[in-house]
Amino acid sequence: MVRGRLVARLVGAATLSWLAAAPALAQSNDVNLYTYREPGLIRPALEAFTKATGIKVNTLFAADGLAQRMRSEGVNSPADLLIAVDIGRLQEAIDLGVTQPVKSDALDKAIPAQFRDPQGQWHALTLRSRIAYVAKDRVADTDLTYEGLADPKWRGKICIRSGQHPYNTSLFAAFIAKHGEAKTETWLKGLKANLARKPSGGDREGARDILAGVCDLAIGNSYYVGLMRNAKEEDQRKWGNAIRTINPTFEGGGTHVNISGLVMAKHAPNRANAAKLMEFLVSDSAQHIFSDLNYEYPVVAEAPIADTVKSFGALRPDSLSLNDVAKHRKAASTLVDKVGFDR
Amino acid sequence: MHSGALARVGAWLHQDRAALTATALVAAIIVAPVAGLLAIAGSAQDNVWPHVVHVVLPNAITDTALLLLGVGLVVTVTGVVTAWLVATCRFPGQRLFDWALLMPLAMPTYIVAYCYVDLLDAFGPVQSTFRHLFGFASRRDYWFPEVRSLYGGIFVMGLVLYPYVYLCARAVFLMQSAAVLDVARTLGASRRAAFFRIAVPLARPAIAVGVALALMETLNDIGASEYLGVQSLSVAVYATWVNRGSLAGAAQIACVMLLIVVALILLERFGRRRQRYAGSARTHDRGSPVQLTGTRAWAAFAACLAPLALGFLVPASFLAREAVHLIANNGFDPEFFVLIRHSMTLAGSAAAIACALGFMLAHAEQHARGHALGAMVRLTGLGYALPGTVLAIGAMAPLVAFDNVIDAAMRNLFGVPTGLLIMGSGAAVIYAYVVRFLAVATGTVETGFHKISPHLEMAARTLGRTRIGALATVELPLLRPAVATAALLVFVDAMKELPATLLLRPLDFETLSTSVYGYAARGSFEQGAVAALAIVVAGFLPVVWLARTSRIPLPQDMTAPSGFTSGSH
Repeated sequence: MVRGRLVARLVGAATLSWLAAAPALAQSNDVNLYTYREPGLIRPALEAFTKATGIKVNTLFAADGLAQRMRSEGVNSPADLLIAVDIGRLQEAIDLGVTQPVKSDALDKAIPAQFRDPQGQWHALTLRSRIAYVAKDRVADTDLTYEGLADPKWRGKICIRSGQHPYNTSLFAAFIAKHGEAKTETWLKGLKANLARKPSGGDREGARDILAGVCDLAIGNSYYVGLMRNAKEEDQRKWGNAIRTINPTFEGGGTHVNISGLVMAKHAPNRANAAKLMEFLVSDSAQHIFSDLNYEYPVVAEAPIADTVKSFGALRPDSLSLNDVAKHRKAASTLVDKVGFDR
Repeated sequence: MHSGALARVGAWLHQDRAALTATALVAAIIVAPVAGLLAIAGSAQDNVWPHVVHVVLPNAITDTALLLLGVGLVVTVTGVVTAWLVATCRFPGQRLFDWALLMPLAMPTYIVAYCYVDLLDAFGPVQSTFRHLFGFASRRDYWFPEVRSLYGGIFVMGLVLYPYVYLCARAVFLMQSAAVLDVARTLGASRRAAFFRIAVPLARPAIAVGVALALMETLNDIGASEYLGVQSLSVAVYATWVNRGSLAGAAQIACVMLLIVVALILLERFGRRRQRYAGSARTHDRGSPVQLTGTRAWAAFAACLAPLALGFLVPASFLAREAVHLIANNGFDPEFFVLIRHSMTLAGSAAAIACALGFMLAHAEQHARGHALGAMVRLTGLGYALPGTVLAIGAMAPLVAFDNVIDAAMRNLFGVPTGLLIMGSGAAVIYAYVVRFLAVATGTVETGFHKISPHLEMAARTLGRTRIGALATVELPLLRPAVATAALLVFVDAMKELPATLLLRPLDFETLSTSVYGYAARGSFEQGAVAALAIVVAGFLPVVWLARTSRIPLPQDMTAPSGFTSGSH
C-alpha cells in the first residue's frame, strides 16, 4: 500500500504546515485589520503607522463576507478593525452586531460630523464623489444634475457599470432619499433608456468606451480619473486623458459623496492599539497618503490635497446624511431589478 | 424461510455497517455547509422571497438556463469531436493535441474572461485593428460581437470547460473495443454512422459525467459571469446578499441552485442508467487508428487547434506578454515564492484528502446494496455547485462551532486556549476545497471502478482475501490511474479557486489566486499577470501528466469478459 503511505505522509506534512502557518494567538500586540479595501491601497499608511508606533498590523482582504466572518467567529474573532468602502458595507457590519462604538475627541475633532456616525459606530477615512466623465471632444456641458442624466438628449450616449454595484446602489439610494421611490423609478427608466451599452465592466471601462466612441458620458468615481491619468500603462493614461470631469449635483443639493471608513470590532482583542491606528489614519500624514496614492478626498478638511485631486474641481458634497443613504440601499437595489436596469 | 431472510439481513447489516457509518460521517462533514446554508435561508427576518420569485428568479433562471444550454452544447460538441479525432484517427499534430487539448483546464475562468474583454473590447487590439483596416472612426460605425454578454459568457466558459468532456470521452473512445466498431462497419455502416450510432451512444455515460461537471462549474461561476454582465443565479445571490443586505434571501436563491444541481445529478444518473461496460480494454482489442490525409487531415487539425488556441494559447500568451512586460519593468518580487508555497500546500492537501475520501465513497458505493448509501454518496456532491462565497458563508458556522468545542475542551482539560484552530489556520480553506471538489474526485474514481469488473474482487475474496486485502492488492493497483486523475483534477481546481479562499484564509495569508484578485480589485488586472501565469503553469504540468497517465491501458487480461457486468447489482 505504497499509495496509502504516501497519502498519509502528504496529510501529515499538510497538517504540520497548517500548524506552522497558524497565526499567533490573540495575546500579541498586533492590530488585526479585516479590510474590504485592497491592501495595496492602505499598506503605505499602515507601514507609516508601524514605523511611528512599533505596532504591527496584520491584514485580511476579501471582497465580501468579512462581517459575516466576524459574526461567525464571535468572541474568538481576531479582528480589531474592519475597513470598508461604501457606507452600505459599514452599515451591514453594524446591523450584524459585530461592531462597538468609539468615542474619541481626536476623531471628533478631525472628522466633520456629516462623515461619522453620531453614535460613534463608524468613522469615514476618505471621500469619493460619483461624477460624470465626458468626452472632451464631443460634450460641451460644464455642469450637470443627476436628474438631468435621464434627459432624452443623452439617448444612447451614457455608459455605466452594473446597477447592482454598491457604488451605483448608493447613488440610487441617495436619489430615493431626495425624491422618493416612484420618481426614482421613472428616473432609472430614463437613465436606462439613455445607455449606450448594457451595464457592465468597471468605472474605468466607461472612460475607455468614451475614447473608443461607444459613449459620450460615463458615470464613475472621482479617484479612477487620477488613477488612469497617472497610470504606468500608456493605455490607461489615454483613457484618462480622453475625458473631462464634471461634478454633477442633485437639483438644489450637492454632489453624491461616498466614503471609505472603518468600524471597531465588538470583540476586538486589542482595542487600545486599534484606537491608536484609527487616530493615526486621520492624521495629516496618513490622509495625505490616501489622497496622494489613490486620489481620494481626505475626510479631514484641513489635510493637504494632492494636485491631481484638486484638478477634479471643487467638491461640494451633498448634505444628505450617509445613514439616510444607507437606509434606502435595499429599495434602490430592488428598483434596479424591477426596471431591468442591467438587462 | 423467514428466519433465513432475517439472518441474511443481519449478516448484510453487520458487513456493511462500517462502510455505512463511515459514509454517513463523511457525508455529514461534507454536507455541513449546505445545512448551514439552509439554516440561514430559514432565518429570514424580512421576507425577500416575493421579490425573489417575481423579479429576480424569472430573469436569472432564463439567463442561467441559456448559459447552461449554450455551454452544454459547446462543451459536448467540442469535447466529443476532438476526443474522437484524437483517439481514433492519425493526422498532423495528433500526438500533441492528445495532451494539449486538456490545457484550458489550467486556466481559471475569470482570468480568461478578463483576457478576452481586454482583447475584444472596443479599445482592444482586435477592434482597433478592425477599425484601422476598414477605416471606421468610431465604435458606433460598425457591428462587432459584444464579449460582455451572455454569448461572451458561453464562449469563455465553453472553451475553458470542454476538457472535462474531452477527458471522459477520450478515455472511453480509447477503450472501446474495435471489434464493436468493426462489426458495425462490416455490416455496412459508414464511419460517420459508426460514430453517431455506436461510439457516441456507448460513450454516453462518460460524456454525461463530463458535461455534468462542466455545467456545475458554469452554475457556480461568479467571477466571469459578473465581469461579463451575465445575470446568472450566482450573480443574483450576490446582489441579494451584498446590496439588499439579505443573506437569508441570498441563501434562498442558493437553494434554488441546489435544486438545479440535484436535477443535473439525476440527469447524469439517468444518462448512465443500466450502463456499465467493464472490460474490453485489452490492448489487442483496439483497432488501428485511421490515417487521415489531405483535406480531411487538415480539417481534423483545425478542429483540434481551434479550441486549444481559443481556450488556452490566446489567453496564455496574453498573460505571458503582460508578465514579461511586468518583470522587465518592476523586477521580480520574491514574495511570489511565498504565494506559490501557500497555493501548493492548500491545493496539495485538498487533493490528497479529497482523493482518499472520494476513493472511500466510490468503493462503498460500489459494494453497496440498497439506496441509503448511494443517496449519501450523491449528497456529498452538492458542494460542487455552490458559488464559493456561499459555500464559505455556509461553512463558517459549523467550522467555528467545531473550533469553539475544541477551545472549550482544551481550556477545561489543560488550561490552554486554542482559539480558532481551523478558521485561524489554512485548514478552513482546505475544508472548503474538499467540500467543493469532492464530487470531482468521487466521480473520477467511480468511473475507474466501472471500468474494472466486480468479478475481480469476488475472485480475490473467493481465493481468501479479506475485503481490505482485495482492495489493497487487486482494486487499488488497477485504479491507480483513476485515483491519480482525481488527485490532479482536484489539485488544478483548487489552485484556481478564488472566492472561498478569499473568505476563509487566515490573516496575512495570500495565495496566487487571491493575489491576482487583489490586483483585479484595484482595476489593474495586468499587474497580477505573473501570479496568474503561475496558476496556469502550476496547472500545466499536472495536466500534461494527467494526459499521459489517463491513456495507460489496464494490464492485459486483468479484466473479466465484457457482457457479464451490465446492469446494476
